[in-house]
Amino acid sequence: MIKISNAKLADGNVVDVEIDNDLISKVTKSSGTVSKGSIDATGQILLPGLVDLHTHLREPGREDAETVLTGSYAAAAGGYTAISSMANTYPVADTAGVVEQIYRLGKDAGLCDVNPIGAVTKGLNGEQLAELGAMADSIARVRIFSDDGKCVSDPLIMRRALEYVKTFNGIIAQHAQEPRLTINAQMNEGSVSSRIGLPGWPAIAEESIIARDILLAEHVQSRLHICHLTTAGGVELVRWAKKRGINVTAEVSPHHLLLTDELVENYDPIYKVNPPLRTEKDVMALREGLAEGVIDIVATDHAPHPEEDKDCEWQAAAFGMVGLETSLSVVIKTMIESKMLDWSQLVDRMSIRPAQIAGYKTQGQSIQAGSVANLILLDSSAFWQVDRSKLKSKSRNTPFHGMTLPGVISQVIYNGKQTVIAGRVLNMESDKNG
Amino acid sequence: MITGHLLSAADLSKDEVLNLLATAKELAAITDGPNKKLPTLRGKTVVNLFFEDSTRTRISFETAAKRLSADVINFSAKGSSVSKGESLKDTAQTLQAMGADAVVIRHGSSGAAKRLADTQWIQAAVINAGDGTHEHPTQALLDAFTIKQHLRAKESDFSGIKVLIVGDILHSRVARSNILLLSKLGAEIVLVAPPTLLPVGIEKWPVRISYDLDSEIRECDVVMMLRIQLERMADSFFPTEREYSRRYGLNSARLAKLKNNSIVMHPGPMNRGLEISADSADDLKSVIVDQVKNGVAVRMAVLYQLLGGAPIGDSK
Repeated sequence: MIKISNAKLADGNVVDVEIDNDLISKVTKSSGTVSKGSIDATGQILLPGLVDLHTHLREPGREDAETVLTGSYAAAAGGYTAISSMANTYPVADTAGVVEQIYRLGKDAGLCDVNPIGAVTKGLNGEQLAELGAMADSIARVRIFSDDGKCVSDPLIMRRALEYVKTFNGIIAQHAQEPRLTINAQMNEGSVSSRIGLPGWPAIAEESIIARDILLAEHVQSRLHICHLTTAGGVELVRWAKKRGINVTAEVSPHHLLLTDELVENYDPIYKVNPPLRTEKDVMALREGLAEGVIDIVATDHAPHPEEDKDCEWQAAAFGMVGLETSLSVVIKTMIESKMLDWSQLVDRMSIRPAQIAGYKTQGQSIQAGSVANLILLDSSAFWQVDRSKLKSKSRNTPFHGMTLPGVISQVIYNGKQTVIAGRVLNMESDKNG
Repeated sequence: MITGHLLSAADLSKDEVLNLLATAKELAAITDGPNKKLPTLRGKTVVNLFFEDSTRTRISFETAAKRLSADVINFSAKGSSVSKGESLKDTAQTLQAMGADAVVIRHGSSGAAKRLADTQWIQAAVINAGDGTHEHPTQALLDAFTIKQHLRAKESDFSGIKVLIVGDILHSRVARSNILLLSKLGAEIVLVAPPTLLPVGIEKWPVRISYDLDSEIRECDVVMMLRIQLERMADSFFPTEREYSRRYGLNSARLAKLKNNSIVMHPGPMNRGLEISADSADDLKSVIVDQVKNGVAVRMAVLYQLLGGAPIGDSK
């Protein structure tokens, strides 16, 4: 039995919470006193555990960058009780065998739900559908399919995929990047890329695929999810599609809510990410889109890379940034501090909606008796300085190193068990040494 | 005097540019004499680190360093550890261990010189000898030197000089450096290119854009033709070689329209018959050979200033 006293909920109510086994057994108005043996949450906010629909865990294949276990540490430290591993592993997660392996590794780690995302096409080659049904029927119960890192650029394959997953209420998560418009692209195409001489990744390469896929989703009456939206034009298109009643959802990554392509000026590959950092105007449109609900959710696109893949010249560097541990703080900084979202809306964008989209039934539940106890407790008025050497992830490629960010997580409870206590991830040191 | 590194024409102030040009002129005068060599950089090691083939730039730097009595090591990527997968970082650390005082780097990746300067991989002075499609600052310096030599021998200001830069602006490091440097000196710059070969956002640059070479050529003082890479045709930047040549090449008909004292420049190597006809390249208006000669003087000035050589007058 875990008791939490004096916790403030997103709606402002201050409550005492009791947890019995994996469930919340009691939520009562706070008595104002801290009962013996309970967690003193005075001054802290209690939220449902966060849910990420876009996580790269690198296992199997690139365990030097991240494993399911180290990714789970990072997830727990960042307040996530469910993450979704992308399919671009080696081998690719395009069979029931691979997704079940990842699922089991997640269970063994035991720090959060690890839900595999299956590849749309075999080997991410964009040519032939992977065995989507087999992955859906496996113990991993895959519902989200994505070739993330690559775009399903062939309109016919995309159409077939959207149609096919209707059988099991699946969803296609598209990495929207027209490949012919982004050959050798290195950064946002704009005044900065022109000045510093890097091949550009134009906004229209994202927008043209979004437009096409929205129309395909409408035509075949299926579910489309747009990964990591980055452009003002993309937000417009999704807004239009939603008005039209098309079944499309969209995500934004924390780094795209805060950073711009001006940072690429010094060619430091820590800012190299795909899709790329865009302009101030895009950043503002993304924030507005998220506030409005046009963009449904925040998703980390946590993309760990080993040191040597970033300690090099720009064009030789890998695309990607780690994000699990900084996501909540970046959203607080960009959306709560600016008053564009209130806490209930933040919970919607980071927990409730992602759980709904993916169909994660034990996640994103409201904090009331009977709900599964996936909870985080944080001091929203406290700040911390990001130190890349202290990340729980196996990789160090954070663009936020040295920044002071709001929101310090003190406790995480996953399925009724404490996984983070006083800011420390459970069992982590012993596991790391063992 | 410049110190530290030479990475971008943007980093140079107008005074620094003029000072470098004056130093180059002084050095050129000395090396034009019977004894071409100065002892000023004796004991210094200059490494030419070339990840792309560029014989002319490499030998220009090599000549410049040798005339200042520096030791020169040529490191080219082909057939070296780099072709076996060694990273830029490891190569740099190797050169550091060998005691390089200056690294002249040519690299296919934009920003490679800047990375070398910003990281702790190596302590040497870094000179950008061309990074991807970004910049080639010593080319802009030698072009400025050549323009000054022909059009502004006695003044330090380039105002009133109209420079046409013609061709593949999008991929040209020569264009980027020249735009930054020549506009700083007061020149008016007009870029002439098909829209496919102009970068996005160019309207914010200190230049005017034109698609029509014929309408611009009568009024300019300098026409700088850029090399066109034939692989651009395969990528549909223009339909055919011949169409490019007809619309954007310098031929005798266009040459005839130039003002009497205008000059023709080209950074080399030329595609004769494509962006420039043979008679244009060899015409009296062409200063292309001067550019090559001035390249050595300007690179001597850069090495001299960055490596803190002994005062020029001291050389015995």
